[in-house]
Amino acid sequence: MANLKLTNVAKTYGGGVEVLKDINLDIKQGELIVFVGPSGCGKSTLLRMIAGLERISGGTLEIDDAVMNDIPPAQRGIAMVFQSYALYPHMTVRDNMAFALKIAKKSKDEIDAAIDRAAKILQLEPYLDRLPKALSGGQRQRVAIGRSIVRDPKVYLFDEPLSNLDAALRVATRIEIAQLKEAMPDSTMIYVTHDQVEAMTLASRIVVLANKGIAQVGTPLELYERPENEFVAQFIGSPAMNLIAGTVIATGQHTTVRLSSGEEVVAEIPTTEADQGLAVNVGVRPEDLVEEGSGGALIDSRVDIVEALGEVTVLYIAAGEGKDPLIAKLPGIHKGLRGTSVRLYADPAKLHLFHNGQSLLYR
Amino acid sequence: MHPAIQGLLTIAFGVGGCVGYFYFSNLVLDRVIFPARGAHIARNIRRANMIRPWLFLLPALLALGLYLAYPVVETLRLSVTERVPGGGSEFVGLANYQQMLAEAKFWEALQNNFLWLLVVPAASTAFGLLAAQLTDRLAWGNIAKSLIFMPMAISFVGAAVIWKLVYDARPEGTDQIGVLNAIYIYFGGDAPMQWLTIPFWNNFFLMMVLIWIQTGFAMVILSAALRGIPEETVEAAIVDGAGPFQIFFKIKVPQIMDTIVVVWTTITIVVLKVFDIVFAMTNGQWETQVLANYMYDKLFRANDWGVGSASAMIIMLLVLPILVWNVYNARREMR
Repeated sequence: MANLKLTNVAKTYGGGVEVLKDINLDIKQGELIVFVGPSGCGKSTLLRMIAGLERISGGTLEIDDAVMNDIPPAQRGIAMVFQSYALYPHMTVRDNMAFALKIAKKSKDEIDAAIDRAAKILQLEPYLDRLPKALSGGQRQRVAIGRSIVRDPKVYLFDEPLSNLDAALRVATRIEIAQLKEAMPDSTMIYVTHDQVEAMTLASRIVVLANKGIAQVGTPLELYERPENEFVAQFIGSPAMNLIAGTVIATGQHTTVRLSSGEEVVAEIPTTEADQGLAVNVGVRPEDLVEEGSGGALIDSRVDIVEALGEVTVLYIAAGEGKDPLIAKLPGIHKGLRGTSVRLYADPAKLHLFHNGQSLLYR
Repeated sequence: MHPAIQGLLTIAFGVGGCVGYFYFSNLVLDRVIFPARGAHIARNIRRANMIRPWLFLLPALLALGLYLAYPVVETLRLSVTERVPGGGSEFVGLANYQQMLAEAKFWEALQNNFLWLLVVPAASTAFGLLAAQLTDRLAWGNIAKSLIFMPMAISFVGAAVIWKLVYDARPEGTDQIGVLNAIYIYFGGDAPMQWLTIPFWNNFFLMMVLIWIQTGFAMVILSAALRGIPEETVEAAIVDGAGPFQIFFKIKVPQIMDTIVVVWTTITIVVLKVFDIVFAMTNGQWETQVLANYMYDKLFRANDWGVGSASAMIIMLLVLPILVWNVYNARREMR
């Protein structure tokens, strides 16, 4: 139950390799913050720096206004759930949960009470005397979470806790974590994942990490609806947002862009006189493309591949030599589109404009 | 013929003989005895495959039978017989065992063996574990490990000679070439000590040699086991607030307990058979006798087959349960 403040936090490894720089982040009590980003973006490193398992090379980390840079992990008031669960294999579930409390020299009654409470929340009561190897993956993950709960920490840290579970169990455990958060509304949680579905469903705010820094911080829907840059626009949402090159030909409350195909489309994004002739990328999400619309068509090209999933049909549309295909997601079943040419439109309110990778909305 | 050519020829014949045996015995099995053709082709292939493992095992079984099983039976026979003057031998029941049990030197050997059993495996495993843990994260840890492992490459007799020099005593007033006496004199000892002649304690000076050798073995095995511990369990313990000692004793050691037991029992078996070190350093004098040296003494110096074989049987009886336990643990660890 705490506030976290990261100021100019940086991580540099021995040989001068910079992994993270200028991380500034305010986390309020009761938030569930999710760090997402591509592999190697440093999201786990950032979490481990907060935990105290990695040294902070620059900047400060504060928990409840106290600088934590040089405080050992156990005294930071944090608890961590590891990707591989990291249960002590030679201890029963009960001993696994009791370990930290025994080291902290808590009384036996206190320990028993804390374990009973955690076991009840996580429905682990029947398994308390089993060894980890006698548990299923989901149960092991619950024990790992239980080991955190008994310590009653200020901040919970989750390092890709679901990535070792199979698909069905992952969904179930994700919901359990959401319920756990619901049951402990005052606790602060930081959660690292590369899975954007986990990020979108669990987070009160998402931190997208890329290029050694923070690409954007915001609520899941903010990131989806108003991405600050092309990276976030393409990282959040699946399939990724399409980017189509064009030039601004009319400015004002709404902006008109002439695409390289010659079609003219209007986006509900304000621009000024100075933007006349600006080279932009028009961003449109695959699910926002429709077959009928007014104005110019965003896409007018041949369908190469059709993936019929039943509820939706995903079209891969030729975008020209050497370019990634454009993707459209049409609701329902569409037959006979393969090899034909399609014209697709979008609502002007659903379009994004980027110049040099940055959204024109944020200037 | 030049010995080197002789050696090469032996190797060529040996390896060639093995290859030839497996090739031709399989050929005979598949082509002549149960040929994979004709009316009973399926049955023949099945039978050939049932016999094949035995074909491969046969040379090993023969060699082990000749050099291990037969000597055990023969030793048992000799331990209940006695040489008759003028040739031949006669059955004497347990007389050899009775004679042996009445000898003070036998009890001394048994007692010393137990002392070795208590000290050497424990000390070797403990030092090995300590070395494995301490060298784990060092930049020069591998060099340190090689140095600690090196005694493993020295024969027991060679090691005994080295340590005899360590314990060496020169007349008073002259330079001490024995390291132990040199240190002893430097720190104010009045006269050089004959370390190996001080009863009871000299046992520990002998054990030191075996500990020196076996620590390297324990270290290598335990170091591999320590590396196998998932790093995240250690990190979880750090987050849980465990200090370095708690991490070592409560998280790491319990996770490699199976390996520790295997190392411990393996060294125990070496200890029960210890002979060369005692033979080369004191030959069992000054109350340092051990069973294997006692056996050698009876068999080859006193020429008393009977009592010698009886003591060999005692050693085997002592080793057997530990060996069984060792194999059981090693198999369990492999699973």
